[in-house]
Amino acid sequence: MEPLDQELDQAELEMPAEPMLLNVGPAHPAMHGTVRCVMELSGEVIHHVDVQVGYLHRGFEKMCERGTWTQVFPYVDRCNYVSPMLNNVGFALACEKLLGISVPERCQWYRMALGELARISDHLTCDGAMAMELGAFTPFLWMIKAREMIWDLMEEETGARLTHSFGRVGGMASPPTDGFKEQARAVVKQILSVVAEVEKLLLGNRIFLDRLEGVGVISAEDAISLGWTGPCLRATGVPYDVRKAHPYLKYAEVDFDVPVGSASDCFDRFMVRIEEIKQSARIIEQSLERLADSGPINVDDPRVILPPKDEVYNTIEGTIQHFKIVMEGLKLPAGEVYSYTEGGNGELGFYLVSDGSGTPYRVRIRPPCFLVTAGLERVITGQMMADVVPSFGSLNMIGGECDR
Amino acid sequence: MAQLLIDLVKQQFGVAVLETHSLRGDETLTVEPNAWLAVCRFLRDTPRADMNMLTDLTAVDYPDREPRFEIVAHLVSLAKGHRLRVKTRVGDEEGDAEVDSLCELWAGANWLERECFDMFGVRFTGHPDLRRILLYPEFEGYPLRKDFPADRIQPLVPYRDVPNIDKLSPFGRDEGMSFGRQTHSGPETDDDSPVN
Repeated sequence: MEPLDQELDQAELEMPAEPMLLNVGPAHPAMHGTVRCVMELSGEVIHHVDVQVGYLHRGFEKMCERGTWTQVFPYVDRCNYVSPMLNNVGFALACEKLLGISVPERCQWYRMALGELARISDHLTCDGAMAMELGAFTPFLWMIKAREMIWDLMEEETGARLTHSFGRVGGMASPPTDGFKEQARAVVKQILSVVAEVEKLLLGNRIFLDRLEGVGVISAEDAISLGWTGPCLRATGVPYDVRKAHPYLKYAEVDFDVPVGSASDCFDRFMVRIEEIKQSARIIEQSLERLADSGPINVDDPRVILPPKDEVYNTIEGTIQHFKIVMEGLKLPAGEVYSYTEGGNGELGFYLVSDGSGTPYRVRIRPPCFLVTAGLERVITGQMMADVVPSFGSLNMIGGECDR
Repeated sequence: MAQLLIDLVKQQFGVAVLETHSLRGDETLTVEPNAWLAVCRFLRDTPRADMNMLTDLTAVDYPDREPRFEIVAHLVSLAKGHRLRVKTRVGDEEGDAEVDSLCELWAGANWLERECFDMFGVRFTGHPDLRRILLYPEFEGYPLRKDFPADRIQPLVPYRDVPNIDKLSPFGRDEGMSFGRQTHSGPETDDDSPVN
């Protein structure tokens, strides 16, 4: 069907209006996460916008300076709470980089499999919420159903659905359960079928496409200058993915593609995430194949890893070793490292400064969301009011990570 | 690769480079604060460096040192794939610190510097919009400084009044909430009523 208004000249439609200040948020139903936008509108067009974050600030970095390095794990869980496993692994890798150790192969494959599951859950949430905010409620429910399968699997593995605190410096809290491979394969298969259903439902939907295509465009230069990483940057056509550019764990040994967009609009950001779910499924399949059924999961270093419980309770050496690690904390050598991994929203970096004692001197998390949200102003200025919802949704601002 | 970059900067800036070190493959360059902007601009614009992205900018507080703060920027070149950490040292004992803003080089520096200002009180000269970002304007102190106690209690913030806005506040002074509202005294009666 042709649009009814195509004969109208746009200039005739413009009505002089006084600029109006409109406050959206911090608790707007169409904005997942707490962010406040103060907009200056002329009619429906946004002239200026001031994006204000910080409503979820909990002093993450200050709290980290009070405990031991191991006690940071529960905090990083609560940064990006949609994919906490990626944060866990990212922080563990940063500490291991400073210690100069690397975990056994079995642990690396295990971390990759769990991390990619978390990434799928992150992308499912983002794309589902995006569809929901545009009125398509069914895909959201389906995707959340798929996410629930991942969380059930995570609960089986780690004992917690959402905030796992499962990473450890030098390994993982426990080895994979017996049924992990079988369950993970089943879950991935089901998720892919859900994604295929969602694609059928959304990608032929005119209303959905019209609200995404050509909306929220940003140039690749601007995105790089703003420090965007992750799916939002890749949607602009820049194929930067930490897993390919600077492979960590075993990402150099697996076969996967980096999807990139071309129009760098909301639709591309949506599609990049959909495609990344499929690529993550490929990585999970390969990781599960290479994941050994037996073997050590933790590094063999008594200064880093807690001894088994029967040693703690029955031998004096075990007791003392346990006591020293728990009470004094891991002794990371003095110095500073920046370690970066691909999180759900882009480059998740940890800049650690250690003074050689058991307490972190400074833990700086480089939140991908923070820099992506910084670009929201540029994305929505000049757009219509109604375009804020898909634009903001496609940036996938996670309050916990943005505000820390 | 990054070692070549450091040599390049040393050649260009000479004595402005205070020290360099490398730990676990992270090359670090510490420069004089007055060369901060120039070194960063050089790293961005020289084709051999081509650092087109500022990944992170933060500060670290060392209260016993003089200058007190280390401003730490992590630069990356997406095309060449190399990274470099550039640092500078600013600030006196009281925490009064000032350094050039990098906003004109990378747009991402805007929020990162605002956060740094918010948490450490480092002022960035040339920043277009330097105000608190994660905390609220009335917050007292700079929480990530080492001498800021983590359990410090902040004062109650009076009700914010926006001038010239054609809108009535949702509740009158004595309606709505049965407690706490009295402390948020309106503009017309600025009395010091007790908290309860």
